[in-house]
Amino acid sequence: MARSHKPVVWSLFAGGGTFAAFVTPVMIFVTGLAVPLGLLSPETLAYDQMLAWVQNPAGKGLIFMAVFLPLWHAAHRLRITVHDFGIRCDALVSVVCYGAAMSATVVAGVFLFGI
Amino acid sequence: MSRRPYVREVSRSWWWLNQRRYVGYMIRELSCVFIGAYTAVIVVSLMRLSQGQAAYEGFLDALWGPVGLAFHIVAFVFALYHTTTWFNVTPKAMPLRLGERRVPGGAIIGAHYAGWLAVSAVVLFLAGD
Repeated sequence: MARSHKPVVWSLFAGGGTFAAFVTPVMIFVTGLAVPLGLLSPETLAYDQMLAWVQNPAGKGLIFMAVFLPLWHAAHRLRITVHDFGIRCDALVSVVCYGAAMSATVVAGVFLFGI
Repeated sequence: MSRRPYVREVSRSWWWLNQRRYVGYMIRELSCVFIGAYTAVIVVSLMRLSQGQAAYEGFLDALWGPVGLAFHIVAFVFALYHTTTWFNVTPKAMPLRLGERRVPGGAIIGAHYAGWLAVSAVVLFLAGD
């Protein structure tokens, strides 16, 4: 049987979708709503606090996952959605979507592991 | 072949407006734009964090203005929609068997919601600590 890269693409999509389903709502709530609206202390996202997170190996790994997995999920779904809107140039769209996700992941990795 | 073959008139871009469930499907698919954008915000905040305290705090101030707040409200609603639609198809995406018996779909979905509440509670507890 011919080998295909589809299972890899799809399992990353599924993993990313699962991660986003479990974690993204509460993350948006904390960082984008609860702290700016004063429901949680501004200390939650204070510079020292966040620096401690990204300097800790477990924190680094967790944040890297929180970037890589949802981005891959979003890239794959966007590629399919572009097709659903009647745009028929999948090769180019794939390069743009996966390329953007991978570039942002690499950038995040550089900052995370350089800090 | 018939001289005037029947061609259904369906717009290539707007076919999904014809039925409510297709609209729901498209809203679900478009949640990826907001999940991607929010993740990009995380990447930028990592960059600002690495540039020092002033850069980081300036970024947060800008992020929490009216536009940022509006973005987070919309992104939150889309993220919740992603979560519910994702959990509701889990029995089809990964059917479970225990020995001879199929685990009922409701149990699989319920377990996901329970896990979700637990994860959210832990994050909120850590954030509020």
